[in-house]
Amino acid sequence: MIVADRKPIEEIIGEINDKENILILGCNECVTVCEAGGKKEVGVLASALRMNFLKQGREVKIDEITLERQCDHEYLEEIRDVIDQYDAVVSLACGVGVQFMAEKYHTTPIYPGVNTCFMGVTEERGLWTERCQGCGQCILARTGGLCPVSRCAKRLFNGPCGGSTQGKCEVNKETNCVWQLIIEQLKALGRMDDYEEISPIKDWSTDRAGGPRKVVREDVQQ
Amino acid sequence: MQYPTSIKIIRVPCTGKVDLLHILRAFEKGADGVYVVGCLEGDCHFNNGNFRARKRVEQAQKILNTIGIEGERAQMYNLSSSEGPRFAEFAAEMDERIRKLGPNPIKPAKQKAA
Repeated sequence: MIVADRKPIEEIIGEINDKENILILGCNECVTVCEAGGKKEVGVLASALRMNFLKQGREVKIDEITLERQCDHEYLEEIRDVIDQYDAVVSLACGVGVQFMAEKYHTTPIYPGVNTCFMGVTEERGLWTERCQGCGQCILARTGGLCPVSRCAKRLFNGPCGGSTQGKCEVNKETNCVWQLIIEQLKALGRMDDYEEISPIKDWSTDRAGGPRKVVREDVQQ
Repeated sequence: MQYPTSIKIIRVPCTGKVDLLHILRAFEKGADGVYVVGCLEGDCHFNNGNFRARKRVEQAQKILNTIGIEGERAQMYNLSSSEGPRFAEFAAEMDERIRKLGPNPIKPAKQKAA
């Protein structure tokens, strides 16, 4: 999932302090799971903002809606009839949802309510860690299912480097050396022959280096 | 056993049931203070309900401080179910704390709006 973290409330207040009708818009997908932008976080932020404005002696209208997703037209369409009531929307979706909102509703200013961090997993409640950078050329088949693009600080394809010490990365001693993990995994799978093969130079044109990317599937297009 | 009449008790099956939103909404509705009384730490029937409640009270304090409302208006207390007098002590302590702080600062705006 896409992992996001809550923005400080004071930062959000700074952006919308002069508004009178505000919609707090949550998303039921990834940001709900990582407890940054779901229905509950919408409620907490809305409550805090209402009290903030009341304390200033202002009664600002703050509504709460949480959509199934903010990265698909059909769900964003659900607010078309009400969007004109608001002079600001704080979207608690990831950066994708915030942008799709802004593209769809040009005349309403959209403000992000979370910081979008990475694609990752819930290791345990309250701890999310990165697993994928969306490089567009998945090599997990050769690396025992562990990704050196997202988890090696140097993105090495023939690791580990000399900075791997006792299974830890030299960049951050708390980070496991993914190449150490890859070797252990390949050993456990009896596939160390794969490790001995030198990886060719990776085609990075499918990564961010080639600018914004797209996936076109004519077979499913209408 | 006597405790201040200013206290309104809301019963929950375990303090782990108390959500951050419950605390914030109480303030939003005009409560001058909110405190949660849970079982002694380590004695939760559900293992960690009271620890969860404490974290949520702390979250509420942080949010209140951010928006300029004294975070100490939200508090967490712990006692065992047999400590009635202690319950009354906490109530008196909370009552005194809130009287020192004065009414919820959003009240004037709410009354004006009403």
